[in-house]
Amino acid sequence: MTTALDTASQWLSQGRKIAIATVIETWGSAPQPVGSQLVVDAEGNFEGAVSGGCVEGAVITEAQDMIASGGHKVLSFGVADETAWKVGLACGGKIRVLVEAVR
Amino acid sequence: MTPQLLNAVITARTERRAIAVVTHLSTGAQRLVTRAEAASDPVLDKALRFDKSGVEQTDDGEVFITIHNPALRLFIIGAVLIAQSVIPMAQAAGYDVTVIDPRGAFATGARFPNVALKGEWPDEVLPALHMDQRTAILALTHDPKIDDPALEIALKSEVFYIGALGSKKTQASRLERLKAKGFEDAALARIHGPIGLNIGAVGAPEIAISIMAEMTKCLRLGG
Repeated sequence: MTTALDTASQWLSQGRKIAIATVIETWGSAPQPVGSQLVVDAEGNFEGAVSGGCVEGAVITEAQDMIASGGHKVLSFGVADETAWKVGLACGGKIRVLVEAVR
Repeated sequence: MTPQLLNAVITARTERRAIAVVTHLSTGAQRLVTRAEAASDPVLDKALRFDKSGVEQTDDGEVFITIHNPALRLFIIGAVLIAQSVIPMAQAAGYDVTVIDPRGAFATGARFPNVALKGEWPDEVLPALHMDQRTAILALTHDPKIDDPALEIALKSEVFYIGALGSKKTQASRLERLKAKGFEDAALARIHGPIGLNIGAVGAPEIAISIMAEMTKCLRLGG
């Protein structure tokens, strides 16, 4: 089975700059379980998933920022959290996603 | 994450070693923890055993524990009817399944189209397959010539589940034979026989359900 980390390793060996997003917490009916991963390169190409597609766009944008800055960030998505991003999960779930540059 | 850590995680999976990566969420600092190192840490030990990644509060602040366990594997000794029922259930539950049976008439691609099939004797193939803590084995042939050598190898390994098909009487004589080979009672207690949870299963598909239930119980709750 090929995972997002295999893709990450392959992209690194091709000299691409990448970031990895990982679901670290879920509440309610989140579609992807804790540990699910997404790998993103500087151009916004990605493999894997952290949700059913609802928040991938926002995660990819943040991941590109992390590639540029070399840092990490924890993002929260969900309908019930006032500090959460505007991008809600259509399923009504809540998730937290760790986004980190690989470098 | 550093490229070195990424490669260490991938190497561990290729080599079928269970590891955890602990990420400090405010600093981003990360460390790799081996299975042996995790044994002395109740939180990590539990996370690895239950295959459960998650956020934990520590004195240092919030950390995320990522569990990287090798894929589950199931070795089935005996290309028999019950095996045909177990295979799709085990595959759906995430197991890589291999069927081993030296009897050419049983182990045919026509009878077992969607699974790895080995036509050798169990003691010829099992030693090279590195049976580890993420591996289960079922002895289903009813033939001691085939089942017993497989059970002997399984008992010397760390597999999380050993099941052997047969009645209480069959199981008792099986244990006598293995005892004569030098296995202690404590070791022999690892063999689940008669196989499966007692749910009154009738017929191969229901027996397969009882086997899958017992295997899952051992995987998730231990025992």
